[in-house]
Amino acid sequence: MTERRPLLELRSVEVRYGGVPAVRGLSLEVAPGELVGLIGPNGAGKSTTLHAIMGVVPVATGEILVDGASLLGRPPETVARSGVALVPEGRRVFADFSVEENLRLGLAARRNGGGIEALREAFDLFPALAESRRRPAGVLSGGQQQQLAIARALVAGPRLLLLDEPSLGLAPAVVDSVFETLDRVRERGVTVLLVEQRAQRTVALADRTYVLANGGLRATLTPADASDTRRLVAAYLA
Amino acid sequence: MPLAVVDAQTLVDSVALGAVYALMAVGIGLVFGVLRLVNFAYGQLVMAGAYTLAFTSHFHPAVSIAACFAVVIALSTAIDLAVFRPLRGQSPAVMLVTTFALAFLLQAVARIVDVRDGTIGEPVRVVGRLNRAVDVAGVNVRQVTILAIVLGVVMLGLLALLLGRTTIGLHMRAAAADFRTARLLGVRSDRVIGFAVFLSAVLAALVAVVLTVRRPLVTPAYGLQETIVVLVGVVVGGLDRLWTATLGGFAIGFATGLINGVLPTDKTIFLPTAVFTLVILVLLLRPGGLFAPRGAATVERV
Repeated sequence: MTERRPLLELRSVEVRYGGVPAVRGLSLEVAPGELVGLIGPNGAGKSTTLHAIMGVVPVATGEILVDGASLLGRPPETVARSGVALVPEGRRVFADFSVEENLRLGLAARRNGGGIEALREAFDLFPALAESRRRPAGVLSGGQQQQLAIARALVAGPRLLLLDEPSLGLAPAVVDSVFETLDRVRERGVTVLLVEQRAQRTVALADRTYVLANGGLRATLTPADASDTRRLVAAYLA
Repeated sequence: MPLAVVDAQTLVDSVALGAVYALMAVGIGLVFGVLRLVNFAYGQLVMAGAYTLAFTSHFHPAVSIAACFAVVIALSTAIDLAVFRPLRGQSPAVMLVTTFALAFLLQAVARIVDVRDGTIGEPVRVVGRLNRAVDVAGVNVRQVTILAIVLGVVMLGLLALLLGRTTIGLHMRAAAADFRTARLLGVRSDRVIGFAVFLSAVLAALVAVVLTVRRPLVTPAYGLQETIVVLVGVVVGGLDRLWTATLGGFAIGFATGLINGVLPTDKTIFLPTAVFTLVILVLLLRPGGLFAPRGAATVERV
């Protein structure tokens, strides 16, 4: 952990679906500028944790703080406007809208001006999107749609970027480019919480990776653990 | 039926009726887009506007029309705040039944207000002069017919610009396509829904002005018949997209006008039978909507 005040802090968060706990007493921290991973088997509560932060699902008990301010009870649009951006699972780009329109939607959460500059930066970061700016997002490849989803979150100028399985359903070569993109995003100083199924790559990339199981925290891994397959497997299956 | 029966007069009248129904279809479609709510009470907004025009007939037409807009927008906003907002997220069936109840409640209230002078029905005299005919290329056309067509074209054009070129339009389209993702991106649901409700009220007020020229006697059931026909048209066109819903509204208005025009005067009693038989045929052949792209999934309809 760090000495600075965490940008994101979860304190004993519990989320229930119809009485069944999906996240149980989860506490974690992400410091400013960090890239933190969140891995674990299916049903471990990874996506639910992100949804709880965004205000999509209600938190039963516990506290979620961004920069010291509670997010509890706030609707998703307010959370987004407070500087938390989500790249949702399955990308959720607007297929019938042009690439540029998708990016302009990302500006909805921007707290101050500079939207045009933000769009230009996004096109600099993702030249493939600039070439397709007038085309419908639905005709882009899966990898390009993922780039679009990430760019759409970045144009909001977020303090904290949440990504929900950005490599899901992508070909291995495209997964490489997604992880390279995340590295570049980190270099820009954006704080990232990354939910992923690809454990080894996430552990290698992230400053710190939390392993979730059955809704609770099971282990915390560092990049040094990425090459220790036994420790990884143990953290997953213990 | 022989085409020669359809004269220019009938064609122009049918286009005008189609334009009015298209405006109503847009009003219904806008709210459906963001709330997934089929507003059966839409006709009562038209009715409220029509009564306002009737009760303010002694004022200058501009004042009377402004009052009509103010009342319809206020009523629409009040309905959104008091009824639609608490119902958000409920099943479509619950919301539809609520709008049924709302429609009949507003009619009942209108009856109480209307009957105070001992009669049911109030005449609108504000814009009656628009019933005068003008000669357009040898065809006698009522001014209101031209007004309806011009309003339809201008309003649909403005709406297309608004939805296509502005930020609030982009947000409305996003909300209609995937509200959950739109909110996650920071699109403010209250603002988008409020704006859709406002626009749909503006359209209802416009329809009230045009309809009261065509049919000046306002009763509590005013606008109800039109709403039912437009709702049918909207479903026939395809409810899941605004432009198909609008075309559906236009189509049913146009078809009604056309069939009305070709039926002999003593046979107009067969008009609804003919129109709704056509509707059933269309739905049997194109259940996804007459104008929906082939293979498009049908949305949930109630």
